[in-house]
Amino acid sequence: MSEQQAESLPGVDRAVELGLTKPEYARIVELISREPNEVELAMFSLLWSEHCAYKHSKKVLRRLPTEGDRLLMGVGENAGAVEVAGLAVAFKVESHNHPSAVEPFQGAATGVGGILRDVIALGARPIAMLNSLRFGHPSSPRSRWLLDRAVAGIGHYGNSIGVATVGGEIHFDPSYESNCLINAMCVGIADPDRLMRCAATGVGNRVILFGALTGRDGIGGASVLASAELGDDDADKRPTVQIGDPFAEKKVLEASLELIDADLLVALQDLGAAGLTSSASEMAAQGGVGLDIDVANVPLREQGMEPFEIMVSESQERMLAIVEPSKVAAVLEVCERWELLASDIGEVTEGDRMRILVGDNVVGDIPVTTLVDDCPLYDLAPAPPEHGLYPAPPADLPEEADHRDTLVALLGGANIASRRPVFQQYDQIVQARTVRRPDEADAAVLALPVGEDGIRPAIAVSIDGNARRVAANPEGGALEAVLECAANLACVGAEPLGLTNCLNFGNPEKPPVAWQLINSVEGIAVGCEALGIPVVGGNVSLYNEGPDGPILPTPVIGMVGEMPDATKTSSSGFLTDGQAVALVGPFSPNLVSSELAARRGHAPQGELPSLDISAVIAAHHAVRDGVRSGAIQSAHDISEGGLGVALAECTAVAGIGCDVTLPEFTDAALFGESPGQGFVIAGDAAAIAAIPGARVVGTTGGGNLVVSAEDGASFSVPVAEVQAARDGGLTAYLP
Amino acid sequence: MKVLVLIRPKQGILDPQGQTVERALPALGFEGVTDVRIGRLVELEVTDPSKLDELCEQLLANTLIEDFEIQIQED
Amino acid sequence: MRIGVVRFPGSCDEVDALDACAMVADAELLWHGRTDLDGVDAVVVPGGFSYGDYLRPGAIARFSPVMKAVADFAAEGGPVLGICNGFQVLCEAGLLPGALLTNSGLRFLCKQVDIIVERPATPWTADCEAGERLSIPVKHMSGRWHADEATVAELEAEGRIVFRYAPGDNPNGSTADVAGVCSAAGNVVGLMPHPEHAVDALTGSADGLKLFSSILNGGDRVGTAG
Repeated sequence: MSEQQAESLPGVDRAVELGLTKPEYARIVELISREPNEVELAMFSLLWSEHCAYKHSKKVLRRLPTEGDRLLMGVGENAGAVEVAGLAVAFKVESHNHPSAVEPFQGAATGVGGILRDVIALGARPIAMLNSLRFGHPSSPRSRWLLDRAVAGIGHYGNSIGVATVGGEIHFDPSYESNCLINAMCVGIADPDRLMRCAATGVGNRVILFGALTGRDGIGGASVLASAELGDDDADKRPTVQIGDPFAEKKVLEASLELIDADLLVALQDLGAAGLTSSASEMAAQGGVGLDIDVANVPLREQGMEPFEIMVSESQERMLAIVEPSKVAAVLEVCERWELLASDIGEVTEGDRMRILVGDNVVGDIPVTTLVDDCPLYDLAPAPPEHGLYPAPPADLPEEADHRDTLVALLGGANIASRRPVFQQYDQIVQARTVRRPDEADAAVLALPVGEDGIRPAIAVSIDGNARRVAANPEGGALEAVLECAANLACVGAEPLGLTNCLNFGNPEKPPVAWQLINSVEGIAVGCEALGIPVVGGNVSLYNEGPDGPILPTPVIGMVGEMPDATKTSSSGFLTDGQAVALVGPFSPNLVSSELAARRGHAPQGELPSLDISAVIAAHHAVRDGVRSGAIQSAHDISEGGLGVALAECTAVAGIGCDVTLPEFTDAALFGESPGQGFVIAGDAAAIAAIPGARVVGTTGGGNLVVSAEDGASFSVPVAEVQAARDGGLTAYLP
Repeated sequence: MKVLVLIRPKQGILDPQGQTVERALPALGFEGVTDVRIGRLVELEVTDPSKLDELCEQLLANTLIEDFEIQIQED
Repeated sequence: MRIGVVRFPGSCDEVDALDACAMVADAELLWHGRTDLDGVDAVVVPGGFSYGDYLRPGAIARFSPVMKAVADFAAEGGPVLGICNGFQVLCEAGLLPGALLTNSGLRFLCKQVDIIVERPATPWTADCEAGERLSIPVKHMSGRWHADEATVAELEAEGRIVFRYAPGDNPNGSTADVAGVCSAAGNVVGLMPHPEHAVDALTGSADGLKLFSSILNGGDRVGTAG
């Protein structure tokens, strides 16, 4: 059917209103040999949205490696999982960008709730949350409001449900002014033999919906909120805000794990974007079966909801389970004890039909594969931008400032300052396994149960991204983001096992954005291959644009690593006087897209130096081994603000100064960046000298950060001044 | 003049507080209580009531999820 | 010695409290719906967000069936420890004086603080010395303990302030730096900091373990203030 023929279909205007294109609508009509009714159209509009169908990214994502020795569960399930010390460690990162731009508290809160349920659906107990936040320039009142409310929302949900928030990053850039990014990552642990899959199987098995009531929350959310560029008419989208109820989620969590422990479930899936429509059809597609769903049996919070509203409602804190008929009573009993509603709403059927019923009336009947697999996948038309895509940020740090003043100004900047004012709004310690809290080390360290040998293993987790470098060079910048995450893990003595990513980009139909996306995925793939780890899952968020154009290309990387012994780890700062300070790694700093360049008003563009991946990874190994052996007591990767900032951060943690002498004393040597490629380490002199590739540059001690050049030039900053600058930098922007 | 502003969750918006309180009441012997909604009461003294709506929309209520009602108490 | 840890819907720290108790004695969870305490020798009302903290922290949990049993147990002199949300529940239930208000900073706050033991003569502080500093984390939104002046003066006079935040470490604006108080008889103790999150140096501090080990030695010191 041509687009012109589609034009003449009576339902085409409604389809376009719901976000489908005319050719997509024509294809639906061809596939089901008639026009879809209201219920079916609503379902198609959601499942064929960018958010659910990944129609502009799926082909690109095929480049990512998805296999690994330690992989227990990978792409296609609710979350990925790797094996650590006999346990399954499940993890995934997901975005909740557009809802958070509309209502940051509830948007961020329900973002946390959604990623928690992905991990719960695997049968894993969530043990940690991390998040990656991006806002406009901190001088903007709207950005500060978004920051404050999003942080409050993340805390509200995570703290109330009893999952520690152990890490994260916050970055400010004008490109996020009208399109903030809220990415949340959840990590959980499970018995590998009890990992739950989402495939519906067993004809005649029952479909049980449990959790909260279904209301008109987020109707149209997946298609309207998640795929449209935000404009001035945001107010019209307001009735679709979802409200998070962490108390209900806590009960859903405990009930779900109890149901799985008691072996009462065949399959489990959370309800997220596109609600029942998405969950039910995913489960059916994965299992190769059909499903009958009777919406009359869905418990409602509001009267008079139409069948299509019930099918697409994004009410939070709900799960869908497949249960053998003989176990339904036991499932309902567990849910009742947890004061949760549970209803038998349907049946697994033979064949391939997703049928929506109201009692005996069939109100929707479509092949599952048509819904889930037949959405057209688009090729991108990439082209590098002809000129810089991003305007220069406002300059607030004069080029002529000397090294000392430049360093203090960088430390007090919103992008580098201590995150403590935010992190302390999160419960970092619940579940009693947090060995390294945020601000104590480069990655969070979470102890696992004691092994048979009496040693307590651990995992380390980190989330990272440096969008400015990606803007300058998508492949190189994304590779650096992977390496930086791995470097964070190396600093605490952990070996990477798997990676999850959240790809936040602008409109992929624009050639420069397509170019950013394709090359970023290439960079991530190259990084994964070099580290020998798979991508276990993730999320793509496209159309992140405001009136001034796309956001910076922002691939966010979350990584999990293993540590054989939780006690063999490090601090990011200097711990005692008189230790040797050394640099490790093929660090080749430059100022392109650096924090200093941004503060001086330079746009994020220019050439990134090529990097020697095997030398970088050798440095990671040296640091990891040194931490594990105890030779290295402090390890910190050199990231934003370069070596100068890294040294200052090392002194700030415990208030212990240092005296170092550097071969070069240029802006680039002191403040240039080269993420994931260099480390500052400290420990006993003999032990540090034995670390492969370590170049000793000075010693710890005293109350000052003293940096000298080999030619005799020097500057000094009292550690108290370093701490004051770091501590005040973010507080200034919080209420 | 004295003004009371009543702020309530919008009709149809999930009110977890109200629901939780409603479910707790029967255990204490209070049967037959339904539709519990929990909001806020803000008391204000204002000289110029003409901007009250704007004030409520911008600050006191989150109009994405809350309705407000202005009650003028006295002149 | 067997310690029961109450579990409400929405409790978060009950398993950590259970593990901490299990380091010194037998320990078990007590579901909020039960009307007896299964014959335990001591009760911990743990932290978390019982009933989501909706309405007021502790306001709904105090009416749970198990709380009647806890009140009877307390009246008979049984040792009861309320931690954070458990402290809030015990205050709402009238078993401890005062109320917990929103932090003066209006934000949830998670932070390691030093507290000072003011009264070793309770079943939960018997292993501590008067004036001893303990490094224990706080994590709460509504931890600002408040009582009117007369009540504070009475509690001071009776030696019922069990813990204070160390000078400069008051994280929430609590009246008189109060971090924890006890009942008139001394057997019921509540505090905002989380001793169950300070039982292992690996995760930051082991100072909190003393509160749990005290229960093995504290019975004879109940009621002797100071």
